[in-house]
Amino acid sequence: MHELSIASSIVDSVTESLAAYPGARVVEVRLRVGSMAAVVEDSLQFCFGLATEGTPLAGARLAVRTLPVVVYCAACARHGEVAGVQSLRCPTCGELTMDVRQGRELEIEAIEIEEVEVQT
Amino acid sequence: MTTRIVELRQGILKKNDELARALRGRFSAAGVLVLNLVSSPGTGKTAFLERTLRSLREGGARVAALVGDLETDNDARRLAASGAPVRQINTHGICHLEAEMVGKHLDGWDLGALDYLFIENVGNLVCPSSYDLGERIRVALLSVTEGEDKPLKYPTLFNSADAAVITKVDLAEPCGFDREAALRNLNEIRPGIRVFETSAKTSAGMAEWLDYLAAERLASTR
Ligand SMILES: Nc1nc2c(ncn2[C@@H]2O[C@H](COP(=O)(O)OP(=O)(O)O)[C@@H](O)[C@H]2O)c(=O)[nH]1
Ligand SMILES: [Mg+2]
Ligand SMILES: [Zn+2]
Repeated sequence: MHELSIASSIVDSVTESLAAYPGARVVEVRLRVGSMAAVVEDSLQFCFGLATEGTPLAGARLAVRTLPVVVYCAACARHGEVAGVQSLRCPTCGELTMDVRQGRELEIEAIEIEEVEVQT
Repeated sequence: MTTRIVELRQGILKKNDELARALRGRFSAAGVLVLNLVSSPGTGKTAFLERTLRSLREGGARVAALVGDLETDNDARRLAASGAPVRQINTHGICHLEAEMVGKHLDGWDLGALDYLFIENVGNLVCPSSYDLGERIRVALLSVTEGEDKPLKYPTLFNSADAAVITKVDLAEPCGFDREAALRNLNEIRPGIRVFETSAKTSAGMAEWLDYLAAERLASTR
């Protein structure tokens, strides 16, 4: 259940960034999650609901963009998406490669917030 | 009411990553080689570590261990029997160790007086893969009783490992363990990974493992 730890980390990071927007409410949190990040989205969605209760993120949507695993093959001198995470082979020549260029991400890309108009 | 998009572009585990980076700096400055041992519960991490600690101490090395568990300090007591300083980290329900827990449990230890520090992670093949503890070497263990397709079922963890240990090889035959398949699967997930085949019962494979440790320690202090 590390999805709960991940959800709590999201709440902490977002709450920190909200300091610059007093009174703002979070509408959506956008994540980039690599296919090799070992995160189960359903579980994360569920934990996010729990972790946001009573915080400025309460009721926010969690939008998860899943990124495929991309490796770089030195022999072909090109990037390619692997067919599955069970085998790190270049999709062009079939050689194994350890050079993973995408797929381990666990990032908050952006947040959508609703601000109260401030009279100036 | 206005809505706006705020770009954050930050790692979710940024805090852990930063703490881990600071720890790695401390470990490297102190000249201590730190290893993080990860596997399912029951693979034999504690038994493997008991052997390792004893042998290293017999060879005159200065070693210590941290051991993570949900509850109880049984493993710490087993490891402490080797004579090495050992501390238990109880995570109380958290299924992995985090850099902060490691940092807290180092208080009062003189890292400069250590050659090796082993961290036995909580038995789990999923969660520990995301949490850097500042280790130099991550070791993934699997036992012959777990089946040779473990690496395929938990690619994230095995992919993040620097070395793999196949434990309980004394049981390989009765379990019908397909060694070739296991090695092939490890190599698909983590091409070129160093693999050790050991038994805590017979001490098979321990000599190669100890040679590896000595070589890695030498490389880390250069
Ligand atoms: N036959 C055999 N049993 C082992 C070996 N290593 C561990 N065990 C047994 O496997 C069980 C789990 O071992 P333990 O070290 O506690 O696993 P951990 O949960 O990964 O720390 C214990 O009953 C050990 O005695 C081994 O090399 N051979
Ligand atoms: Mg143990
Ligand atoms: Zn190729």
